[in-house]
Amino acid sequence: MSPVGRRLVSTAVSGLTASAALLVVCPLLLIFGFLLYQGVSAINVDFFLHLPKPVGEPGGGVANAIMGSLIMIGLAVSIGLPVGILGGVYLAESRDRRLPWVLRFVADVMNGVPSIVFGIFAYTVVVLPMRRFSAIAGGFALGLILIPIVLRTSEEMVRLVPSALREAGLGLGLPEWKVSLRIVIPAARAGIITGVMVAVARIAGETAPLLFTALGNRFWHQGLDQPIAALPLQIYAYAIAPYDDWHRQAWAGALVLITLVFLASLAARLATRGRIVAR
Amino acid sequence: MGDGIYVKGLRAWFGETLVLKGVDLTVAPNAVTAIIGPSGCGKSTFIRCVNRMHETVPGARVSGQVLLNSEDLYAPGVDPVQVRRRIGMVFQKANPFPTMSVFDNVAAGLRLAGVRRKSRLQEEVERALRHAALWDEVKDDLDKSGVSLSGGQQQRLCIARALAVDPQILLMDEPCSALDPIATAKIEELIHDLKKELTIAIVTHNMQQAARVSEWTGFFLLGELVEFGVTKEMFTTPGDKRTEDYITGRFG
Repeated sequence: MSPVGRRLVSTAVSGLTASAALLVVCPLLLIFGFLLYQGVSAINVDFFLHLPKPVGEPGGGVANAIMGSLIMIGLAVSIGLPVGILGGVYLAESRDRRLPWVLRFVADVMNGVPSIVFGIFAYTVVVLPMRRFSAIAGGFALGLILIPIVLRTSEEMVRLVPSALREAGLGLGLPEWKVSLRIVIPAARAGIITGVMVAVARIAGETAPLLFTALGNRFWHQGLDQPIAALPLQIYAYAIAPYDDWHRQAWAGALVLITLVFLASLAARLATRGRIVAR
Repeated sequence: MGDGIYVKGLRAWFGETLVLKGVDLTVAPNAVTAIIGPSGCGKSTFIRCVNRMHETVPGARVSGQVLLNSEDLYAPGVDPVQVRRRIGMVFQKANPFPTMSVFDNVAAGLRLAGVRRKSRLQEEVERALRHAALWDEVKDDLDKSGVSLSGGQQQRLCIARALAVDPQILLMDEPCSALDPIATAKIEELIHDLKKELTIAIVTHNMQQAARVSEWTGFFLLGELVEFGVTKEMFTTPGDKRTEDYITGRFG
């Protein structure tokens, strides 16, 4: 092929891949833009600091819902993170063949289960025995969704750690568990954190599992064993209500939710910038 | 002072494949023993059996005896972790812990063995780095990442890391194969100094290196120890035709 032809083909292929990449981010930008357009007018200091006002009274905020979401994400992470990461290390490092295969399969199935099913499950095992909706039940349901995502990404990241590092640790006379905990996991840290952020972003927006568990609340939370507000629930409640003012607040709530997720991802990226995952 | 390794009838497998077919070899105290041979002859496997690293590979097996002085390292009840603490290892490719600073890399073994006192750690790290002839080059950069050093420095960092836990024996698996001649010379000099205090076994592809650094040499071929003897004699008057062919470059 002539040099000119080669350059033409190269430019065409570059252009094609670039436009494919643009196409991928387009929906995100459109959604974000639309949320800004619809929601920004309802956002003010009150929105972040105040409780919802009774129907008919203008103003008010979703402070309790932001708080509730953070509390339940916190609960979910404290349940799901240790289990997910340690389980991922097990999957990556175990010499056994059968059990890891089964666990991997189950985790993949769990990743595909509709989130409402986790809500029903949490309803059955937490809400019914406790006889009330609660933050614990919501956090539990979200934690169940979090575990398989963290498990699988942690496994992949731990696999990327070169075996030379493991050998270095073993050669120093460290027991295998210390090698995993102090050398392998730190080396895979950046990737694991990214995986956790993806999982957190996913559960932050989950609504269905919270319907049966956290229920929602128009007040500050009363304790972990009580019903609790959450941003997605509040958005849902406002969006299906027949009041214009609530609709505006629903848009604003969605904007806040997506911004929180965005900021959290950004923070995780910055915190792990320049860290080496694998050499 | 004066710890030796006495290997008797050592056989090692990867799955069903027998890779060491009964090796008897002595790593003499306070000397350097070189292990040479073509790729795949089992020389790496051999030294990995000495500190019980071989068995960390799935499907790997060992039989025979490896004595450290008079203690059988493969006797039932011997903890391989303890063995590895007493027999340090330096690998082919420098492998400092990427998430740790220079200081933390050297301190890693001590810390994980439970040493907490800062003054003690600083002392030991400096001692190990001096020992590995790296102190002068990194003393102002102890907080920098271990992987920011040059290749040769990284390998000496790994030597310092192994020395920090005060091993009786140091095993080196082709420690210079990824280094340039200047870095190689530094490491060879280091080996020369280290043998005053500990016993060294070094696997190498480089026969000049074996001739330069070692007192004893073992020549491996196809999982067997073909010849073992004083380095000088082996390189001038090899007793076996195969040894002669190998060291004169006729194969391998």
